[in-house]
Parts: sequence; structure tokens; C-alpha cells
Amino acid sequence: MLRDPAFRSSLVTFLAFAVFIVPTTFVISLGAALLVARTRVMQSFFRSVFFLPTACSYVVAALVWKMSIFSGIRSGLANAVLGWFGADSIPWLSLADPPWYWLVIVTARLWLQVGFYMILFLAGIQRISPTLYEAAAIDGAEGWKVFRHITLPQLRATSTAVLLLLLINAFQAFDEFYNILSTFGTYPPYARPPLVYLYYTALGSGQDFGHGSAGAVILTLIIAIVAVVQGRILRLGDRGD
Amino acid sequence: MAIVRSKRQSRITGWARYSALAAAALLFLVPFYLLVRSAFMREQDLGSPDYHWLPPVWETSNLTGLFDNPAIPMARSLLNSGLIAVTQTVGVLVVSGLAGYGLARIPYRWSNAVFYTITATLLIPAAVTFVPSFVLVSTLGWISTLRGLIIPGLFQALATFLFRQFFLGFPKEIEEAAFIDGLGYWGTFWKIVVPNSFGFVAAIGTITFIGSWNAFLWPLVIGRDQESWTVQIALSTFLTAQSVQVSQLFMAALVAIVPLLLMFLFLQRWIVEGVERTGIGGD
Repeated sequence: MLRDPAFRSSLVTFLAFAVFIVPTTFVISLGAALLVARTRVMQSFFRSVFFLPTACSYVVAALVWKMSIFSGIRSGLANAVLGWFGADSIPWLSLADPPWYWLVIVTARLWLQVGFYMILFLAGIQRISPTLYEAAAIDGAEGWKVFRHITLPQLRATSTAVLLLLLINAFQAFDEFYNILSTFGTYPPYARPPLVYLYYTALGSGQDFGHGSAGAVILTLIIAIVAVVQGRILRLGDRGD
Repeated sequence: MAIVRSKRQSRITGWARYSALAAAALLFLVPFYLLVRSAFMREQDLGSPDYHWLPPVWETSNLTGLFDNPAIPMARSLLNSGLIAVTQTVGVLVVSGLAGYGLARIPYRWSNAVFYTITATLLIPAAVTFVPSFVLVSTLGWISTLRGLIIPGLFQALATFLFRQFFLGFPKEIEEAAFIDGLGYWGTFWKIVVPNSFGFVAAIGTITFIGSWNAFLWPLVIGRDQESWTVQIALSTFLTAQSVQVSQLFMAALVAIVPLLLMFLFLQRWIVEGVERTGIGGD
């Protein structure tokens, strides 16, 4: 199993995907939460707009991304925008190299997930005691310093939960890969994260449940190790929350 | 002097914040706009090399054509999705609600062991269980049946865990009063506890409904025959086949998200609460 190059490449795909999607989603969700939290006028409007994509399925997002924004034709939105700046159209999904398809996949997931994590961060921010900020203001702390020494440490429990969720969800990525990259019923040999690999190994023409289950066990071990290590690093449970 | 400067500064950061928010909000709305625009475009306008901000002609026949198209079992798949989402939501609430209440309130020897076993399964991601679950369901002969689509999703460890935690915090005095009045655990649960837990039940219910309506991997491996497709599978099949009218495909997607958008409009408060509670508890 571990010698199977297709299995190893699925792990590499997951790592590459996670290295990008986890920090990006984290930063954007936190940023959105901070902006929304400080806003008085129209706060619920902005919150709703960022949260609305949570109601959409990956299939619907994949459809819009694949057939409209990043469709290879000139009237696809991304290519139309490029055209206004005089740039050439890019075949987003039909080439393996350069791997533009990553941009398509990552932005679709960002759009779907940012609102969800923003809500978690907002809840965390609202739990921070205002007296901490008052004390900081008396000490003359402003802007970045307040964020660095009050908001961020106070959000540690939320941040840990969000990071773990992001990692587990990246690990389970399937829907957008399958729907964006598969055409005419065939999936390209590259960009197969673990679940796509398992799907084609266990349920494809091979019906190899043994290999499928073995792969699943290895993947469980990996995710368990990562969860423990991450918990240690971020000192999860330190404060009982 | 310093105060004046800081006032002006805060006004500038205020403007910067609103501009950033407005730009981001606009970006987040673009996919919805594209969905609506493309759903009402004519096929030839959608394929033309020029970008159209709005449909040159609003083509409403995409909607009627969608339900007449024999290649897309739209009505059937919407019905399946609705049935699955409703039964799963009600089922999860009843099963996890009762289990959570039992674990929180009924003292018996193994209650902690049961609770820790349920909690331990939270650590196993669904990605890992889907192959063995598939083998199990196919052994039962439940492939392409509503049973196979609904029943495995009824037992949600996370919801059970959350219900238990919630009921642990439920005011005991109210329950004790009910007990004195002669209601047993069963009667207390349905007559006293449930009616007073509306917000929590609504939060878990809306989140379960959204997850069920939007589920993809499980319906994909179980729903093999057209009659058992959910709306997501119907959309996905025609998206990856690319043999269908694109404008009609967008109309299908629009129809598929309308129920959830309506839910969002009216129940957003509970959905937000559901996200806050489930997000911290696990996946």
C-alpha cells in the first residue's frame, strides 16, 4: 500500500492542498471576523453575505466555478476580466501544467468555507471581556498591539478548533475535486487527494475493498497523529476549554 | 492636537474598513449573480465570445424546459433530497435527543462507558468509514434505496454529544417538579424538556438539514440508479457529462439552492447558533 505510487501521490496532493488552504482560510476568516466585529452599521448584512455561501453545496459551487468563472472560453468571467486588461485567455482546467486548476479548486473552497469559520471567530471575539480592551487602552496600546497581545491569545481555543477542523476538512476533500476536474466521466491521473484515490480504488472498476480499507486505516493514523501533535503545539486543553 | 489627529485617523480607518468589507461582500456575491444570470440566459448568448453582464433576453423557458427534460430527473431528485433531508433531520433530532437526554439524566452502570464510546467515534473522520459503510450497506442490499441513503446518517455522534452537554445544563428543578407530578423520564422529556429547548433543537436541526441536503459522497456511492439520485447527484452527473444545455444546468442549480436560501432568510439565527455549537464540538 505504502509503495503504491498512486497512494503516495494522493498524500502529496493532500499536503500541497492543506499547506495552501488551511492558512489561507484561517487568515481570511479571522480577518473577516475582525472587520465585521468592529462594524456597527450594517453588521448583520455583512455577516450574512459572508455566511450565505454556507448554504450552497460543493456541487453548485463547482458548477459556477467550472462553467462560468473559470470556463476556458473568452466569455468566462475570469477570462473576460483578463481580456479587459488585454491579457490572453487561460485554459483554467484543461491543462495539467501550469496547474491553474489549483486556483479554481482553492477559490471554490474558500468561498464556501470562509463564512463558517468567520462565525466561529466572531463568537470567540464576542466572548472576550471588554475590560481587557479597556485596560489596554489605558496602557496606550493600539491597533496591532491590541490584536497581538489581547485578541489573538484570547482566541487560542477557537483558533485551535478552527485549525483542526480546516485540516480534517482538507483531508476529506472530495466534492469539489470530483465535480471540477472530472469531465465526460473520467478523472485526470493527477490531483487526486486521498478520498478521490479511495473512491476510484474501492468503488471504481477494481472494487478493491481490501486496498480501500487498508488505505483508510493508514489515513486515520495520519490524521490522528496530526491532531495530537497540533493539540500539543497549541497546548489544547491547557485552560480547560 | 493629538486627539484631533486620532479622531481623523479613526475616521480614515473606518472608511478603509467599510471599503474592504464592501469589496469583499461584492466578491462573495459574484457567484450568486452568475448563477442567476446564467440560469436566465439563452444558450447562444452563454456561448458567445462576448461577456454579457445581464441576459440580453431573459429566457424563462429554461425553467419549464428543465422539468420537461427526460435526461434530468429534476422533480424526482428534488423529491428524494427533500425526503432524505426531512427524515434525517427529524431522525437525528429524535435519536440524538433521546440518547443525549438518557446519557445526561438517567443514572445506570454503563452510562459513562457508552458516552466515551460515542465520543471516541468523533475522532474518526467520515473519509475513513465510508468504504466499510459502503460494504455494509451493499451487503444489506440497500444500494439505490432510500433506506441506504437515510438510515446510516441517523446516528450522529456529534449531535448526541452536543445534546448530552446541553441537557446537563438544563435546569434540574423544572424536571424535578415534573417528576413529582408523576411524569416519568419519557413524559418529562417530551412535555417539559423538549418544549423548553426550542433554540437548541432548531440550531441542531437546521445544521443537520443543510448538511443532508448538500451531502455528496454518500449519495454518490449509494444512489446508483436514477430513481435514487438526490438533487446534488443529478446536478453533478450533468455537470461532469457536459452533454446538457449549460443554461438549463444553471437553472437546475438555482432550483437546487432555493430551498436553502429561503431557509437562510428565515432561520439564519438558528443556523448561526448551530454553526457555533457544532463547529467547536467537532466536524
